Amino acid sequence: MDLFIQLTLTGLTNGAILAMAALGFVLIYKSSDVINFAQGEFLLIGAYVIYAMVAQFGLAWPIGMLITILVAIALGVIVERLVLRPMIGEPIISVIMVTIGLSSLLRAIVSAIWGNQPKAFPSFIPSTPVRIFNATIGADRLWAIAIAIIMLGLFTFFFRYFKEGIAMRAVADDQQAALSMGISVKKIFAWAWSIAAISAAIGGALVANIVGVSGELSGFGLRVFPVVILGGLDSIPGAIVGGIIIGLLETYVGGYIGQGLNQVLPFIVLIIILMVRPYGLFGQEIIERV
Amino acid sequence: MQSGIFHSTYKADMALRRTHAEKIRIVLLFLAILIFPFFANRYYLTLANQVAIATIGAIGLNILVGFTGQISLGQGGFMAVGAYTAGILSARMGLPWYASIVVACFATALVGAAFGIPSLRLKGLYLAIATLAAQEIILWVVTHWDAVTGGVDALVVPNSTIFGRPLNDDFVFYWLAWALAGITALLTVNLFRTRFGRAFVAIRDQDIAAETMGINLFKYKLLSFAISSFFVGLAGALIAHYRNIVTWERFTIDVSVTYLAMIIIGGLGSVRGSFFGAAFITLLPAVITNLGRVLKAQFPFIDSVMPFIQQGTFGLVIILFLIFEPEGLNKMWRNIKDYFRLWPFSY
Repeated sequence: MDLFIQLTLTGLTNGAILAMAALGFVLIYKSSDVINFAQGEFLLIGAYVIYAMVAQFGLAWPIGMLITILVAIALGVIVERLVLRPMIGEPIISVIMVTIGLSSLLRAIVSAIWGNQPKAFPSFIPSTPVRIFNATIGADRLWAIAIAIIMLGLFTFFFRYFKEGIAMRAVADDQQAALSMGISVKKIFAWAWSIAAISAAIGGALVANIVGVSGELSGFGLRVFPVVILGGLDSIPGAIVGGIIIGLLETYVGGYIGQGLNQVLPFIVLIIILMVRPYGLFGQEIIERV
Repeated sequence: MQSGIFHSTYKADMALRRTHAEKIRIVLLFLAILIFPFFANRYYLTLANQVAIATIGAIGLNILVGFTGQISLGQGGFMAVGAYTAGILSARMGLPWYASIVVACFATALVGAAFGIPSLRLKGLYLAIATLAAQEIILWVVTHWDAVTGGVDALVVPNSTIFGRPLNDDFVFYWLAWALAGITALLTVNLFRTRFGRAFVAIRDQDIAAETMGINLFKYKLLSFAISSFFVGLAGALIAHYRNIVTWERFTIDVSVTYLAMIIIGGLGSVRGSFFGAAFITLLPAVITNLGRVLKAQFPFIDSVMPFIQQGTFGLVIILFLIFEPEGLNKMWRNIKDYFRLWPFSY
């Protein structure tokens, strides 16, 4: 029973982090129909920038976080303007490939600046152990859950009550109709990429706080896929629920069965879901017409 | 003075080589391939062999992605199946190299078809993600099925001989690899003059329309996966016999991405493009390394950032091609030809 609680807590935190990475992913897909293979690299850049600000330049971490968010916004806008905008109207494979190329380029830039060695992160959230029932868990991991929930709330609020959020949903639904309603689709895309970059940067900072900074962080880019497919590619609650389910699944399997099965299980789940319910738990079913 | 190539008979239109110039070019290329190994040193032979293997793999992937329109990120996994099957058969069961390669091709075709089953319900993005899962699952099986694959340890493949000479010798392997690359290209070009090939292209262009015209989607999609994986398995098996060692690190998701980059940069839906792309992507790191060596005198720090430059260039090349020439090197080649054909009135 103690093991169960321990695993549940760890799974929840892993899930929360996965959900954060998935959130940006879903956001981009929702508004621009682009699947972003560079999401893991956005996470990586977020983690390294805040590392540079706090550990290398010695800034206080709230200022560091603020600068990281500004960098993330800039990154999102630049990527959207230079790389994704020429891709509008191109076939899916071109769009997939351009984000793959982007991920390779971004990873190269990051490792050229900071090298390949993992670095210890000056933790801004203490990892003092907290006892819950009979299990112990780092406070930073609990913060990850809290921040994921806050982000979910903010995003839901944004999409429901903010002009830009509603416009974003309109663009996702039908770009032409949105255009004729006077919505600037270009501006919306820039918004979506910046917000995705911000959520990835915050996620990156949290992960870095828990496990340290290294190139491995970009692996989150791949781990996000089972999450978003499970939740539905265009659903924000789906990203959160999917993240938590996959996170729990990984830790349960890792804890009870082991043998590295936890690395591959999400992908098996992914294939099963794709076969049974391709639009995911909360995704919108699309009926195709010729 | 001509303004383009126009055919007046069906026979001329269906011909593989349509103009005299094309026939002359193919003979010249053939001669160049025949003469090359007698003048090249070992370094260039190795590169040429890598290009040949990559060409086979790229043509295989292009059948699936470029001709049938089914996006696959599982190339690395399928190559692993080919390489490990060939390696295990010759290392553990003592099969001769040619038999192991043939079995490996069929085994990969089978695995490819199995992972192609989701393609019936999925397309585009979702299929790409499903094949990504195939990649991860295959690689996990390879690294965890210790009894058969040897797990994360390298699988040593015994060196075979062909006509009494070692197969892994660069000069000997050159003939095998290029002969197989030529056969693969010829088979593929001809595949798309048959009903199967035309069905693949119809599925790519509009799958629902193809279905209403009587094409059995499930059958042809699986067939496309199987044929594509057959050649990919061939490439994998060749790697096993050329390198004499099979490790899982050679077949990660990066390999899938590299091959996708090859066919995109070369040109989707084109056998010639597959060759261009394979050559381009295989030679790019070599060219960069040599450039780095030349520039080392001026910029001594260049050695330490070399891996990053290579990775960054790879990404940048993909992005630039997709933005400025989405149809790839094959289109550039056509433009060059047109320029000279229409000279001096080319625009």
